[in-house]
Amino acid sequence: MITKRIIPCLDVKNGRVVKGVNFKGLSDVSSPIELAKYYSDNGADELVFYDITASFEGRQLFTDILKEVASQIFIPLTVGGGINTIDDFDRVLKCGADKVSVNSGAIKNPLLIEQAAKKYGNQCVVLSVDIKRVDGAFHVFAKGGREDTGIEAIEWIKQGVKNGAGEIVVNSIDTDGVKGGFDLELLDMVCKAVSVPVIASGGAGNMEHFVKLFKTLPSVDAGLAASIFHFGEVKISYLKKELNNNGIVVRL
Amino acid sequence: MIAIIDYGVGNLFSLCSSFKAIGADICVTGDKEIIRKADKLILPGVGAFCDAAKKLSDLGLDEVIKEEVKKGKCIMGICLGMQMLFEKSYEYGEHKGLGLLKGQVIGMENTIPKDLKIPHIGWNSLHFKKENPLFKYIKNGDCVYFVHSFYAYGCDDSLIATAEYGNELTAAVAKGNVYGCQFHPEKSGEVGLNILKAFCEV
Repeated sequence: MITKRIIPCLDVKNGRVVKGVNFKGLSDVSSPIELAKYYSDNGADELVFYDITASFEGRQLFTDILKEVASQIFIPLTVGGGINTIDDFDRVLKCGADKVSVNSGAIKNPLLIEQAAKKYGNQCVVLSVDIKRVDGAFHVFAKGGREDTGIEAIEWIKQGVKNGAGEIVVNSIDTDGVKGGFDLELLDMVCKAVSVPVIASGGAGNMEHFVKLFKTLPSVDAGLAASIFHFGEVKISYLKKELNNNGIVVRL
Repeated sequence: MIAIIDYGVGNLFSLCSSFKAIGADICVTGDKEIIRKADKLILPGVGAFCDAAKKLSDLGLDEVIKEEVKKGKCIMGICLGMQMLFEKSYEYGEHKGLGLLKGQVIGMENTIPKDLKIPHIGWNSLHFKKENPLFKYIKNGDCVYFVHSFYAYGCDDSLIATAEYGNELTAAVAKGNVYGCQFHPEKSGEVGLNILKAFCEV
């Protein structure tokens, strides 16, 4: 049976892994290569690398680090941050990425998803969406959660899938960093709206939150988190045992 | 030396890194002479079947592969590369494959329950159907990483492992000197490296 995936996310800035609360107040955590290796050896099903400041400052991804990681780690790698053009896709895929995550780039250029899906296949294109409640509606935020685009999130996601996005990462800004659990209300809406894999992100504080996520919403395919893994609050190997004990199929 | 056949389809970085990690002597090449000299062949591939088949034949590599395999050289197809080993594919039309294995490639749509997502993405467990040297270092039930929307069908004579996804999907095949994995061994952690290692030793 297909297993639920646990995905640590490595937000990279200046070659180091960082993670802030509500996307602000960054603190240095560790080396991306060390962390990636550690996770790969300890049961992570996949890794996500985001260059979190790339779209804001227009910086290029640290392709050297990516190459280094990809040559040592043999699980799927998704790369995001500063992906605005087909050339950006090309650049990170050549460095060993398997999937490319677009966020602000798709907002700036709505054709990007379609172009990339045609060239590399839908399975390669991940649409990552930062979502926040604004006056009772779900809005898409751009530039690392700093800018309200006013776009309605569910429609945006549906359109993205129609254009060729093969997976959706749902980052809830409201629950991110709060460690009170995933945004089940939002995730349920996304799962009902699309038929591609949905990856939940933002809000995991303990193992129970993952159990609750997969129990409440069996159509969610994966859970993504950063700081709780980086700081060792939740060990992936323990988490997977806990999920397994609760009848959730995982790769042990 | 193992030749990883480069015909402009897909990303060979991870595949090369995996073989390097297990200490294999590899060469990424589209050169017919090198392919002829190689001890073993790897046929990778992602994307659409018809594009890949066309690229392979435009470069004249399809004939070289068939000749070498006929002479007894071992080949392993990975993902789309595995699908190309079969007689034909029904991915967006009907396209001829290399015909090294009996069977055809069909879509999951209409063959798996509607509530299951397509593509089949993620880690799924292997169910061995036949013993095979490819499984020398792994065990029944081990998980490997899949990304695909089409699968090989009607290949009972070469089927060695399946994965359950609303249906028994062809996961690995082997017949004589022809091997194939629908999943990505280069993305399947230790289990995947162990499959590549076993292939190097067959």
